[in-house]
Amino acid sequence: MLELIDVSKATPSDTLIRSVSMRLEKGSLNILLGPTLSGKTSLMRLMAGLDRPTSGDILVDGKSVIGVPVQKRDVAMVYQQFINYPSLTVYENIASPLRVAKLDRAEIEKRVRQAARLLKLEPYLDRTPLNLSGGQQQRTAIARAFVKRASLVLLDEPLANLDYKLREELRAELPPVFAETGSILVYATTEPSESLLLGGKTATLHEGAVTQFGPTIDVYQHPANLRTAKIFSDPPLNTIRLRKAGANFVLDGGISIPVPRKSLGLADGDYIIGFRAHHLHLDPPRDEAVQIKAKVAITEITGSESFVHVDFADARWVGLVHGVRVIKPDETIPVYLVPDRFFIFDTSGALAAGPVAQAAA
Amino acid sequence: MEKTWNNKAWFMVLPVLLLVAFSAVIPLMTVVNYSVQDTFGNNQFFWAGTEWYKQILASERFHEALWRNLLFSFIVLAIEIPLGIVIALAMPRKGWTVSLCLVLMALPLLIPWNVVGTIWQVFGRVDIGLLGHTMEALGFDYNYTQDPLDAWITVVLIDVWHWTSLVALLCYAGLVAIPEAYYQAAQIDGASRWAVFRYIQLPKMNRVLLIAVLLRFMDSFMIYTEPFVVTGGGPGNSTTFLSIDLVKMAIGQFDLGPAAAMSIIYFLIILLFSWIFYTVMTNAGQDRK
Repeated sequence: MLELIDVSKATPSDTLIRSVSMRLEKGSLNILLGPTLSGKTSLMRLMAGLDRPTSGDILVDGKSVIGVPVQKRDVAMVYQQFINYPSLTVYENIASPLRVAKLDRAEIEKRVRQAARLLKLEPYLDRTPLNLSGGQQQRTAIARAFVKRASLVLLDEPLANLDYKLREELRAELPPVFAETGSILVYATTEPSESLLLGGKTATLHEGAVTQFGPTIDVYQHPANLRTAKIFSDPPLNTIRLRKAGANFVLDGGISIPVPRKSLGLADGDYIIGFRAHHLHLDPPRDEAVQIKAKVAITEITGSESFVHVDFADARWVGLVHGVRVIKPDETIPVYLVPDRFFIFDTSGALAAGPVAQAAA
Repeated sequence: MEKTWNNKAWFMVLPVLLLVAFSAVIPLMTVVNYSVQDTFGNNQFFWAGTEWYKQILASERFHEALWRNLLFSFIVLAIEIPLGIVIALAMPRKGWTVSLCLVLMALPLLIPWNVVGTIWQVFGRVDIGLLGHTMEALGFDYNYTQDPLDAWITVVLIDVWHWTSLVALLCYAGLVAIPEAYYQAAQIDGASRWAVFRYIQLPKMNRVLLIAVLLRFMDSFMIYTEPFVVTGGGPGNSTTFLSIDLVKMAIGQFDLGPAAAMSIIYFLIILLFSWIFYTVMTNAGQDRK
């Protein structure tokens, strides 16, 4: 078990990590989700022992490991770049951490073969990494992390440099491979969808602070604050600042939206309303909805889905609709909001009321 | 089908054609012309055929100069390449010292050859030179004008002083291109300093090292100015390299025919080595695809 207790890291010019506390259980998959520069890599470096925290403590199985050099930490790491020894064969690459650990030849052979089988590298053991595809290079790097059977395995955006198909393939393979070793797996990503696909637990990061940490689905469905909801929404979370006056949310000189029944108890005042792209409808939905007029800025069509960017008041929203929808820019169209799907945040960003529970979110 | 021919295009390439003709082709052809004829002045030429080539290829003097040149290039490479790597490894990676280091390293490269020669000629003199005088004061019998070994050491030193920084700068460029993650990964693996060099830095410097070797070989094989200024090819013929011998033959003895033949042979040798290096380099390149 790895525990971070109020860990902070600052350089003379920058604060990288702000009092992070986390408990990572043995055999668990933990995802660090956040945009670039949110502190994912810095946090991993602290967990690995490559950097020393400015304050706070890091415990492994209850014992502090501050000051223990990384070589003695029982850690393995995989990077976004495909890091392998360029002049060594795939076999030698996978064997390298074991050779450093001075394991006997038969054991090395056994472990390398097993890793190669799990990661489908058997046909390439005699090649050098530069003669492999990107996917195979990354498999080699993952195999190197795997054979070590480290108790902590850090994966820093390992699939970011792979093309879409390889990414899907490897993403599906990764957790089972490491599940066998009982390692604590920490996986950094910038993509909310990757987090959801992997499952496990997710910690959302913003400017070096963990905004929420919990089971991935819980964090996605019940973000505790606006930051978390924003980090965990792709396309970005749609927001608008409205004033609650009695039974309605109002925008002065604009619209009036009925407050969901369960949130009627909230005090009157300003709130930030957030809703995800798939809850901005272009056609009247089944649920109780409010129609408002918005101006189309641009439409992105991916084929199976269309992203319609619309301007309303001073907000820019994105609506996700199925199929191809061609709408001319500057056209004013009706869009539908479902109050029951609203995340209602107070002005400090804390969640005041979440969406009304329903069978299919 | 009829095709419109537009000869105007030729006018476009004419300037460069003229330039190349006057700067390279015509002089080279003049040399070829000299190499197959004999002349006794007055612009009277007699056909000599391959006589001069045979003479040069069979001459002891040419062989000696050629071996001297090869030995010199070998020694210079054997010193400059490892030394350049070591310096590159020791150079700082960040902070204000980086630019300072780069400027310091680039300084020798900016000094003209003959100035470098003059600097060292004075530097090595026993009577007034700092190096020569110090060596004598320390009890070494150092005199580059008398002792062939001292002359060699001096010429090699000059070249090392002048050109090691080129190798170092090239290697440095190769080193800084290695992503930080490689070092981190090695650190986590618990790899030793030597392993990091052997399995990460050296393989990653492969390409720049080949370029450094090529450049330094070509350049050292054509060395002329420094020994000309410092030793004049002596003592005896001990530092007479191909280029110096060539000038002696052409301008000193006015043996224009043999000198022209030697030029062509010299040129072909360099061409041959260039081709070998080029082939090795492109093959090494294909290896990494």
